[in-house]
Amino acid sequence: MPFVEESYDIVVVGAGHAGCEAALAAARLGLETIMFTVSVDSIALMPCNPNIGGSSKGHLVRELDALGGEMGKNIDKTFIQSKMLNQSKGPAVHSLRAQADKQEYTRQMRMTLENTDHLTVRQAEVTEIIVEEGSIAGVKTFSGGVYRAKAVVLATGTYLKARCIYGDVSTYTGPNGLQAANHLTDSLIANGIEMYRFKTGTPARVDKRSIDFSRMEEQLGDERVVPFSFSTDPESVQKEQVSCWLTYTNEKTHEIIRNNLDRSPLFSGTIEGTGPRYCPSIEDKVVKFPDKDRHQVFVEPEGLYTNEMYLGGMSSSLPEDVQYAMYRTVPGLEHVKIVRNAYAIEYDCINSRQLKPTLEFKAIRGLFSGGQFNGSSGYEEAAVQGFIAGVNASMQVLGREPYVLDRSQAYIGVLIDDLVTKENHEPYRMMTSRAEYRLLLRQDNADLRLRAIGHEIGLVDDETYEKVLLKERQIQEEIERLERTTVGANPRVQEFLKVHGSTELKTGATMAELVRRPELSYFMLTDIDEKRPQLPFDVAEQVDINIKYEGYLKRQQQQVAQFKKLESKKLDVNFDYSEVKSLRREAVQKLNLYKPASIGQASRISGVSPADISVLLVHLEQMRHGGRS
Amino acid sequence: MKAGNSDTIAAIATGMTSSGIGIVRVSGDEAIAIVSQIFESKKQGFQLSEVKSHTVHYGVIRDGEEVLDEVLVIVMRGPHSYTAEDTVEIDCHGGVLVMKKILETVIRYGARPAEPGEFTKRAFLNGRIDLSQAEAVMDVINSQNEYAMKSSVSQLKGSVSRKVRRLREDILYQIAFIESALDDPEHISLEGYEEELLKKLNPMIGELEIIIQSADNGKLAAEGIRTVILGKPNAGKSSLMNVLVGEERAIVTDIAGTTRDTLEERIQVHGISLNIIDTAGIRETEDVVEQIGVDRARQAADQADLIIYVVDGSCPLDENDEAIMELIQGRKAVVLLNKTDLETQVSEAELAHKTGQTVIGISAKEELGIDRLERQIQEMFYQGSIDFNNQVMITNVRHKTALEEALNSLKMVRQSIADQMPEDFLTIDLMDAYERLGTIIGEAVEDDLVNEIFRKFCTGK
Repeated sequence: MPFVEESYDIVVVGAGHAGCEAALAAARLGLETIMFTVSVDSIALMPCNPNIGGSSKGHLVRELDALGGEMGKNIDKTFIQSKMLNQSKGPAVHSLRAQADKQEYTRQMRMTLENTDHLTVRQAEVTEIIVEEGSIAGVKTFSGGVYRAKAVVLATGTYLKARCIYGDVSTYTGPNGLQAANHLTDSLIANGIEMYRFKTGTPARVDKRSIDFSRMEEQLGDERVVPFSFSTDPESVQKEQVSCWLTYTNEKTHEIIRNNLDRSPLFSGTIEGTGPRYCPSIEDKVVKFPDKDRHQVFVEPEGLYTNEMYLGGMSSSLPEDVQYAMYRTVPGLEHVKIVRNAYAIEYDCINSRQLKPTLEFKAIRGLFSGGQFNGSSGYEEAAVQGFIAGVNASMQVLGREPYVLDRSQAYIGVLIDDLVTKENHEPYRMMTSRAEYRLLLRQDNADLRLRAIGHEIGLVDDETYEKVLLKERQIQEEIERLERTTVGANPRVQEFLKVHGSTELKTGATMAELVRRPELSYFMLTDIDEKRPQLPFDVAEQVDINIKYEGYLKRQQQQVAQFKKLESKKLDVNFDYSEVKSLRREAVQKLNLYKPASIGQASRISGVSPADISVLLVHLEQMRHGGRS
Repeated sequence: MKAGNSDTIAAIATGMTSSGIGIVRVSGDEAIAIVSQIFESKKQGFQLSEVKSHTVHYGVIRDGEEVLDEVLVIVMRGPHSYTAEDTVEIDCHGGVLVMKKILETVIRYGARPAEPGEFTKRAFLNGRIDLSQAEAVMDVINSQNEYAMKSSVSQLKGSVSRKVRRLREDILYQIAFIESALDDPEHISLEGYEEELLKKLNPMIGELEIIIQSADNGKLAAEGIRTVILGKPNAGKSSLMNVLVGEERAIVTDIAGTTRDTLEERIQVHGISLNIIDTAGIRETEDVVEQIGVDRARQAADQADLIIYVVDGSCPLDENDEAIMELIQGRKAVVLLNKTDLETQVSEAELAHKTGQTVIGISAKEELGIDRLERQIQEMFYQGSIDFNNQVMITNVRHKTALEEALNSLKMVRQSIADQMPEDFLTIDLMDAYERLGTIIGEAVEDDLVNEIFRKFCTGK
């Protein structure tokens, strides 16, 4: 039977946030790329909340942008409200979060994809991967089309054998009623890939006209918006914003939920997938935290050209009638009309420890994967993995070295290292507490950390890169100037200090010493710093942070130096650890299960002790000199 | 090859025998700098940092004003040392306690306690040990580690580890609260939290200080000669205990304010610490062998540095005695023939013949012969025939270092609050304290924090 057969450098399966970044990265690196989606209308879809960013997720987006990804630019074009979270806290946990106009977000991303050279967008369901002698050779579609490729990136999101459930109603569809992908799982299993089944959920969307906003608190965006992308002109994002609204559940809501728990598929056992703990349904919250007499509900617009509103905090899989009853107990939602029901969704994903830190499967050369398919959750987590998978697939095709960001370089590194190193039984979400070097991994310095790498990959142009080099230089020079500049205990300075509630000087002090005082900052000292040069805000901000928190930053830098030593010692991912006789049995089992790529990664596997690491170091040394093993 | 950029480690390098001569070894980039701060030579203008490699220097080790010991210091510069790093060996002779103090001082000045097998590991990694010995090196690391782990956990008193555990739980809760608020600022607020934290922090700091004090008094771990008293029922073991623990002899009890739940008693005999193991029940019942069974007695004897075997002289030897005599074959032991105030059915000569050990006739009831026992123990100790386990002492130093570091971290948190540092900085030092305390009870951090956040706080959309 005749069938379509085409050849590409790279095939990307899926057009969600991971798929888009993977396809764009590959095509921009000049590789012939084809991206498959079950529906071209669902490119870069946001099927759950209408935001990009948030605590630690905002970091991911900025890092992705610094490396040459698209998400930051796309949200800058399409946001309708923006906030910098945690502003009262330290700079490391400041995080951007924007409300997106969902449809506009999709439209803009689609336009970018469709206008990228070397990129073909194709609507078709991929049903099989073609593996020849342990290497990927291409994919097959439902209609029998064969697309040969040198590398494949799987980014199927929540579509694999997806099933949506509320109450006793369930449909075998992907999110938003989109067609599920029901065949690929079988092909993956046949090729020895281990699958998990995860679950997540989303709240109802309701009609804006049925909401009484006078009973809710208005949540405004920031007066001065900071763009996500380092390339976006900050002036271009100062525009009119829309509001979100805050209201609360109450005892009555909780009573209705409790009375109907037996009708929830989560509690009755109909749902078998593992759900995320950080994103609990409202029924989960009521059961787990019985002492809380209310929970927040954030009412957020889904876009400028729709009346649909998202009920953040109230995801559920309770039956339709219970959803109505509980939503209507919430102040402002008394007469609410539902547009789309809340539902839970189950889907197939992989056990992510089958991946190398490059996001390539250990067992199948040339097969990469990213996003919710890898067992993560969230648009941002998906996007960064898609990008890394796309870049490394491209590097392999180009015969170049792969890129692995480590835990000291980026949240992206933390995310991927956790995925490939730790036992993961729920959709993985980025959290700021997961990043042990977070003082160094700030959203404000993502460009300083990662532009050079983006440039080396080939996704950041020379001009952009030179801007960062200039910025680096300006920061350094200004810090040195402040360390050198002394101020005397003259009346003007003393008066200044008094006004700002700071201790007066007994002798002279350097400007840097004054910046370090808790009650002062670089910006405040402008008045008494006569020779201060005119510097852009982002340079001044770095100067302030670097001086003010110098002690803490140095401490983390020292820890990073220790960490890097172990990270740089590479292990063979095909090594059989039972050959090392002195390892404890538990360690051998775990190491053989995970096959870490470095001693550093090995040290983070639970069940591998520091003594085992010492033994491995000795073993490595022995191997390096060609000793017997 | 010189292995640069390594931190500096220290440990007591020799087994600590009663003779009290031993070596504290310091290795790493800062080894010479650290020792030069505490070593003082009588020579004018002497600088340890300037001496030639492989030279020996006479002087004293000081901790501030206090002279700890007269010592010989040997400086070996890398790569010509065992580890191929700069190494200083401090030969001291002031006894085990002094050696321990010197080790503590070296650590206070910037070294850290060496991990089990770490000198050997460094020697290997720096190319000082032949490749063919790699497997032997790996075995050393593993066996030493296993031993240290075992002794670390078993030597820590139950009440101490319980307290450390509780402290860790309290600290983790505070970190999780801050972190959940950072991750989900719209659901969880930190307003007014710093005051709350201070209220929790001060008692924690107080408690840690008490535990550290008790470490100074040697009450943290069971330091001393591990001693087991064996004997059949009614042989007079508890009478002997009562005599040994007489008024003028101190019983070391547990940390103030806690119940006495330990499995050991500490007795001082002419300045030598005896740790009587497994005395639980000794004071309540005489029937130790019967109660705990021969297997347990054998186990206790296996762990012991010294066995005291009490024989009831008023009745003939029976199968219980046979079992015990078998147990103490070839072990460091003293045999006490008790109840010499009564008519004896067993002779000292017979016992000496059967056990091959020194036999002393006593009457625990009349307190006769006890001074002979004490002299015998003292003699054995000074002659070096009882040797005690230096791992205990090293473990103790390691624990104390960890406790002090945890204390410092908690104090840093307090300071950061005073300096109005943002909340996310507080968790850095809180986490540090949490990790340090974890090393004492042998628990790694893993995913504790993330689990705690989800367990205790309602976050998420």
